[in-house]
Amino acid sequence: MSQTSPDVLSQRFELGFTYTRSTGPVVGHFLTALKNKQLVGNRGSDGRVYVPPAEYDPVTAEALQDYVELGDTGIVQSWVWVNEPRAKHLMDKPFAFAQVVIDGADVPMLHMVDAGSESAMSTGMPVKLRWAETTRGHITDIACFEPV
Amino acid sequence: MSEDKTGITMMDAPIYLDYNFTAGSATSRFLHGLKQGVLIGQRCPGCDAVYVPARGSCARCGVATGEDVVLSDKATVESFTIVYIPIPGNPIKPPYIIANVVPDGANISFIHLISECNNEDVRIGQRVQAVWKPESEWTYAMDNIIYFKPIDEADIDPEQIGR
Amino acid sequence: MRDVAVISWAQSPMVGDAGALNEVELIMPVVQKALADAGLESVQDVDFTCSGSCDYLQGASFAFVSGVDALGAVPPIKESHVEMDAAWALYEAWLKIQMGQADSALVYGFAKSSPGDLPSVLSLQLDPYYLAPLWPDSISLAGLQARAMLDAGVISETDMAEVVVRSRGNARNNANAQLAGDVTIDELLAQPMYVSPLRKHDCCPVSDGASAMVICTVEKARALGHPYAVIKGIDHRIESNNLGARDLTRSVSTEQAAAAAGVAQGPVDIAELHAPFSHQEIILERALGLSEDTRVNLSGGVLAGNLMMAAGLDRIGEVAMRICAGEAGRGVAHATSGACLQQNMVVVLEAE
Repeated sequence: MSQTSPDVLSQRFELGFTYTRSTGPVVGHFLTALKNKQLVGNRGSDGRVYVPPAEYDPVTAEALQDYVELGDTGIVQSWVWVNEPRAKHLMDKPFAFAQVVIDGADVPMLHMVDAGSESAMSTGMPVKLRWAETTRGHITDIACFEPV
Repeated sequence: MSEDKTGITMMDAPIYLDYNFTAGSATSRFLHGLKQGVLIGQRCPGCDAVYVPARGSCARCGVATGEDVVLSDKATVESFTIVYIPIPGNPIKPPYIIANVVPDGANISFIHLISECNNEDVRIGQRVQAVWKPESEWTYAMDNIIYFKPIDEADIDPEQIGR
Repeated sequence: MRDVAVISWAQSPMVGDAGALNEVELIMPVVQKALADAGLESVQDVDFTCSGSCDYLQGASFAFVSGVDALGAVPPIKESHVEMDAAWALYEAWLKIQMGQADSALVYGFAKSSPGDLPSVLSLQLDPYYLAPLWPDSISLAGLQARAMLDAGVISETDMAEVVVRSRGNARNNANAQLAGDVTIDELLAQPMYVSPLRKHDCCPVSDGASAMVICTVEKARALGHPYAVIKGIDHRIESNNLGARDLTRSVSTEQAAAAAGVAQGPVDIAELHAPFSHQEIILERALGLSEDTRVNLSGGVLAGNLMMAAGLDRIGEVAMRICAGEAGRGVAHATSGACLQQNMVVVLEAE
């Protein structure tokens, strides 16, 4: 019989992985502190402070525990401006993803900066953490950072 | 705010992703057939095996199956199982039968339900036929066939099923 | 070490949307072509088969299992799969040959990335506690890397545009390329920012397609009577999953893999670098220690078309086929995986 190509059949669908993850002690310690609106890091083998805390030293693989309580301000080390947020992004207006070095920490953490416009962003700018309205022990307890 | 000392040990990490599934040209032809109330298979140019539903290749020869073949909606039971366990989300009440059925003219089976029978009477080699939904309800879906039901034809020798 | 020869490589056209074709329909033509070009009739004529793919791309769990339908695996074949770029499938096949458990292998990679939003899907590679819930897409992460380099003064926007000009230009000679053409640095720099500091042309496109390769012992390659390229060195290294703990302006893992693979032990005529973003090509050239004499990404590289999960294998194929054609005597292929060049493989190929 004839081999005319039929119309392409397609179907939109959503795939969900509804997992609950065990945090382990280090991530659990960090998330518990977030719930209490406190930022916690830890010290690596070389004395550098990681926030969020690292479970194991990325270089020596040593288990890390030496926790350090940190404030809620930091400096933007690198950043991109997301002018058109993707469907999955948590902000529905232009925002920055940024590597933020929290004051007192050495290793930057990745989060969002709500700066309004790209012109308000610059490398080295000071930022302050904005907490979510309710905190529950989740990385999104940090709503974002904002320019100081 | 009073400090909550309850330590976090678990974290919700649901991930939802949106996709647009494309059936592929061979499967699209099969689904277009279903919409017309017809089972369409595809023949391998190498070994003549007829696949249904076809995915566009002969798994044995690794070549494209180009030729469409219209199949009967009569079939033979190749294997079956009686399901006694309720499956979450499945509206069918146990016990019920799912079976591998080989449509006449095809060499491999697909899985479907068997009903309108005593579960105890179902057997390998038994002849069955598709019971279709009313034509007005046909879509591009396998459940255009509600189930297969036994028909009054002589059993097929198990060695000859799908040959 | 047993010398292993690359004897054939086939790649489908790299297209933005393969439309009606399912994975099997994408894989079958390239597998058949790779086998035929190697002078083999079917998959039964190789000792081992290994594939690379990622089910998250098209959202079809265990799609790689259905992929086997494209091969002709009756009677059953020795088969394996990596949830990675097929360059790592090649590595597994190479090991299998080193172990003496196979003399020949078929390697293939495939991806239908168009059904989902690939940059978002790739955020699932990241730390599931600290990062993935924020959905940092692959383009944004690469942008952080580019900004770090621009701020450090180790590249300029002009350098990035130069990479794209060369890619588009070279891709005019690549029939499978998705993006090719004559562009100038000024034209590119006049384009608006996409995810600043990246412009759209700094980012590889999303491509659907598949590739396949046949490798075998040098003895078998000689027996088959085809030209071949020999894998003289192969190594891969991975860096921390903690982006903040890495120096994003360089690629330590590529430097290590290059040293282990012996890149510097001879002249490098050609190189194919798996750089999904323009600035990453510059990082890789430096990490590999390439000189001005090396012709880089004659195919256009992945900026001209990026078959996710096959693009690394494609780099090896591009170098091998140019050596087979006598266009080069010694070349380097590179494959990457993960955010901001987290994991890197370096392969040194030579003419016999």
